[in-house]
Amino acid sequence: MKRKLALVIFIVLAGGLLLIPALLDFGVPAFSDMDDYFLEHGQEQTAANNIVTAVVFDYRGFDTLGESVVLFTAVVGVGLMFRRMLKEEEYEDE
Amino acid sequence: MRMSKLVRTGADLLYPFALIFGLYIVMHGHLTPGGGFQGGAVVATGAAIVIVAWAYEDVAGMIRKVTMKAQESAGLLLFIGSAALALGLGYAFFANVLANSGSLFGLSVPFGPNPGELNTAGLIPIMNFAVGIEVWGGLTIILLYLLSGLKKEEGT
Repeated sequence: MKRKLALVIFIVLAGGLLLIPALLDFGVPAFSDMDDYFLEHGQEQTAANNIVTAVVFDYRGFDTLGESVVLFTAVVGVGLMFRRMLKEEEYEDE
Repeated sequence: MRMSKLVRTGADLLYPFALIFGLYIVMHGHLTPGGGFQGGAVVATGAAIVIVAWAYEDVAGMIRKVTMKAQESAGLLLFIGSAALALGLGYAFFANVLANSGSLFGLSVPFGPNPGELNTAGLIPIMNFAVGIEVWGGLTIILLYLLSGLKKEEGT
């Protein structure tokens, strides 16, 4: 009984989730002011043909800085974790 | 633990091409799809092929952890430094001071689709390069640390 109820709820929710993109028109976003701004002014303001790169490295530069710092921190964490596993005499050739 | 001679030779042949292709993706980040993160990952994949095909001790002399650490730190410092360059010139942090300036990477581009020019986009290629060498160094260090555990294993 409980399993059937869960299955019915799952089917209804999954169907609703799949129905939403089917009802929307492709390529017509609800809010496109910011996209239009980037497309119209990106090439003259950043002189880059690739608007995606212009957004990632220029308009949203702070986001990329955070990404780089996250990667750096991840590498530092991996280094710290594996450094503890090495023997003492293996430190000098690091 | 080495793989067969066929795999090792194939890895040796593939490594320079992976390097060139990754650096191409990094340096053309402002013109074509890709950029620093993707290109750095491609270069690290080339290093991964070599490390997996050869044993860790064979590679450790060529792909050194010290070099990769320095490269990663230099990438992050170059990224922050190029972002802070605008502060010294009186603009906001991350302002693209080199774009449309006529100097390094300073050419303008016309509006609309055009073939593109490598010498454009101001600070974006420099930041792409910085992120590229950072991802290269970082992922290679992770691979070296993870695969260095294989060196104690008995094998051919």
